[in-house]
Amino acid sequence: MASKPNVGVVIVSHSSKVAEGTADMVRQMVGDAVPLAAVGGNPDGGLGTHMTLVLAALQKAWSEAGVVILVDLGGAETNSEMAIEMMAPERRDRIVICNAPLVEGAVMAATESSGGSPLEVVRHAAEELMAGR
Amino acid sequence: MERGARRALIVAVARDVIAHADELNRLDQAIGDGDHGTNVRRGFEAVLAEVDDLAGMSESGALAAAGMLLLNNVGGASGPLYGTLALSMARNLPGTTGISGWIEAFGLAIEDVKRRGKSEPGQKTLLDVLVPVHTSLVAGDDAAVARLASVAENAAEATRSMLAVRGRAAFLGQRSVGHVDPGARSASLIFGAIGRVLVEEFDGK
Repeated sequence: MASKPNVGVVIVSHSSKVAEGTADMVRQMVGDAVPLAAVGGNPDGGLGTHMTLVLAALQKAWSEAGVVILVDLGGAETNSEMAIEMMAPERRDRIVICNAPLVEGAVMAATESSGGSPLEVVRHAAEELMAGR
Repeated sequence: MERGARRALIVAVARDVIAHADELNRLDQAIGDGDHGTNVRRGFEAVLAEVDDLAGMSESGALAAAGMLLLNNVGGASGPLYGTLALSMARNLPGTTGISGWIEAFGLAIEDVKRRGKSEPGQKTLLDVLVPVHTSLVAGDDAAVARLASVAENAAEATRSMLAVRGRAAFLGQRSVGHVDPGARSASLIFGAIGRVLVEEFDGK
């Protein structure tokens, strides 16, 4: 495995079940070829989002090629933006939040990443879903 | 501000928010996901647990530490919003002096909250309390502190007629009209408590 790293994928949902289920669907497509982390839920384990969990996910799925984040509803995006700011400055500009549906976006992004595409191409693959193709 | 007064301020804010958690949940049930009270209660319980340490810090240090506690414990969109408010004030406070320094740091923090929430006043959010409270403080007259609580409470009430554009309430469109915004209400509790403690503090001098 001397080849260059693939772009990481982080899944952020309000529900840990949605996050885990989405991660299962991603693994079904790409196995462990892509750094992957999925988080959901509030600090009590209920429905919600939580900056600390997102930050841990970003660290877990970190890749020198960068990381794309897929989010469901508003708080997932706000907490993801805050978590990006908590990352080391030299990593921040290699993390992007995709404007894409969570499940489809995660699967598309991971599939593109597994082929070795760079960050912007991976992001574009997920966001094309919103453009109706 | 003395250590004892700092402690009293933190306790008053945290207790007020915690005591109104059920009301905040009810407001959020009407136009959101129903957990705003639970979320902010969890955050302010974490702040209250650290009150002795917080009261012993510099004002900027205490704001930064409280901001991280809110960020790590509130969750939802309000965790980053209140976290940003406190962290930004902590960042902007050093180098300023007196009450005008606090007001200046508060104004800069509001701009950071706007950026974080991609929102402006008039969209039925906590900004609809933060901005009127700041404007009232900027006026700088002798009564500014005395009216802080009523300005905050009236501002929260004024969100009732607003249409939500941001957050989960925006999904409801016109149905969001007629309900007080839970984030605006929690902000009014925070600034109401601050106003009451400051009045007591100044009266005692």
